[in-house]
Amino acid sequence: MSTVLKIENLSKSFLLHQQAGARIQVFEGLTAEVKAGEAVAVTGPSGRGKSSLLKLVYGVYRASAGSIRVLSDGAWTDVVTAPPRGVIGLRRDVIGYVTQFLRVIPRVPAEMVVAEPMIDRGIAPEQALARARMLLERLNIPKRLWHLSPMTFSGGEQQRVNIARGFAAHFPILLLDEPTASLDEDNRNRVLELVAGAREEGSAILAVFHDEQERRRACSRSIALG
Amino acid sequence: MSPLLAVDNLSKLYGARVGCREVSFALWPGEVLAIAGESGSGKTTLLRCLSGHVPASSGKVHYTLRDGRSVALDEMSEAERRLLMRTDWGFVHQDARDGLRMGVSAGANVGERMMAVGERHYGRIRATATDWLKRVEIAEDRIDDSPWSYSGGMRQRLQIARNLVTSPRLVFMDEPTGGLDVSVQARLLDLIRGLVKRLDLAAIVVTHDLAVARLLSSRMMVMQQGQVIEEGLTDQILEDPQAPYTQLLVSSVLQV
Repeated sequence: MSTVLKIENLSKSFLLHQQAGARIQVFEGLTAEVKAGEAVAVTGPSGRGKSSLLKLVYGVYRASAGSIRVLSDGAWTDVVTAPPRGVIGLRRDVIGYVTQFLRVIPRVPAEMVVAEPMIDRGIAPEQALARARMLLERLNIPKRLWHLSPMTFSGGEQQRVNIARGFAAHFPILLLDEPTASLDEDNRNRVLELVAGAREEGSAILAVFHDEQERRRACSRSIALG
Repeated sequence: MSPLLAVDNLSKLYGARVGCREVSFALWPGEVLAIAGESGSGKTTLLRCLSGHVPASSGKVHYTLRDGRSVALDEMSEAERRLLMRTDWGFVHQDARDGLRMGVSAGANVGERMMAVGERHYGRIRATATDWLKRVEIAEDRIDDSPWSYSGGMRQRLQIARNLVTSPRLVFMDEPTGGLDVSVQARLLDLIRGLVKRLDLAAIVVTHDLAVARLLSSRMMVMQQGQVIEEGLTDQILEDPQAPYTQLLVSSVLQV
């Protein structure tokens, strides 16, 4: 399979102006590649930048140096230097990002939260909703909750809605930040099945798993930080 | 595709005092840009220059019309600019009383904008006005009431209906949720978010509230003392702010 994500000489530090100009170096000179159909785990002790790396790839954090190139429509785009519009386009069509935390928007029903990224990519709303419901069902979200806003859902339910949203749109590149944390065993297994399914469909996955067993089950190799 | 609005080196000076200075950016169709900064940072001045309410001291604003032609705002005649403001643009004021005609009914407030673009058929005007009131969640039986009898949140929703009825492509909003109760704010924000998305509107939203920026915008500019000190994706600005002032702004938000 071909490489779809190339990280070269990536460095990240934070300069905290409000705290006497303290500089926090997260990592330096990181180089890595991920191929389509491959799941790569990001490992390392807490605070060494596992989540930061995913945020850099998604464009939430700005790199201090280096490049993050993503294959999009047969051409390479550097997330680090792309204009905001370019990054928005990558997030719509190429890169999906799943965390444990759902950003709840008042009054948008759960099934719409999941269907939205598909609709944004031009899939017909009915088709998008059908897939959204299928995923919610697979992740054990009771049917009676589908048309309610996740505002009042439990933490675990919100997390699973967010996972459904991330996996719904078949992103060529998926960033997973502890997607199974705090889920029960059955739901953890469901998530791991989704990861395996996405790999079979050719998604390239960069993931942080807290649990070593799950990491081994989901990923074929790892990038160690720190 | 070309940007809807291209702003080049725009400055507004009031004598020696700087309103805004050397602002440049491009806004693309369907994009929502938030302009954040404290009071007096120049964000409202910038919005008023962009929307043609006050002339800029220097710099250019180009707008791409529906037929693809690009026009410089300061080279248009007053009549052309007024037509643009009535048809292609909307402006949502912080105080709904500035954006509504308080002396006529709610329905007339919406209908008036339609008549301004040439609609004459009473039945159609009435039907469209009713439909728009519904879309902004105002009960049908309030259509003939005066905006004076409306609550602050309802007036703001009416102002939005009045602005959107002519299907504008670009809407300017100045602190659209300012001065409203928090519970009313949430409903209004959600409504604005839904409409902007569904109608594929471009919008420029001035706000000092970072939560408003987060919910509505994909891109953000931060202003201080009349200048843009930082710009980028909204989540980037909020999660990895670079400029000292932006870091202060973001870290000053209380968590609930």
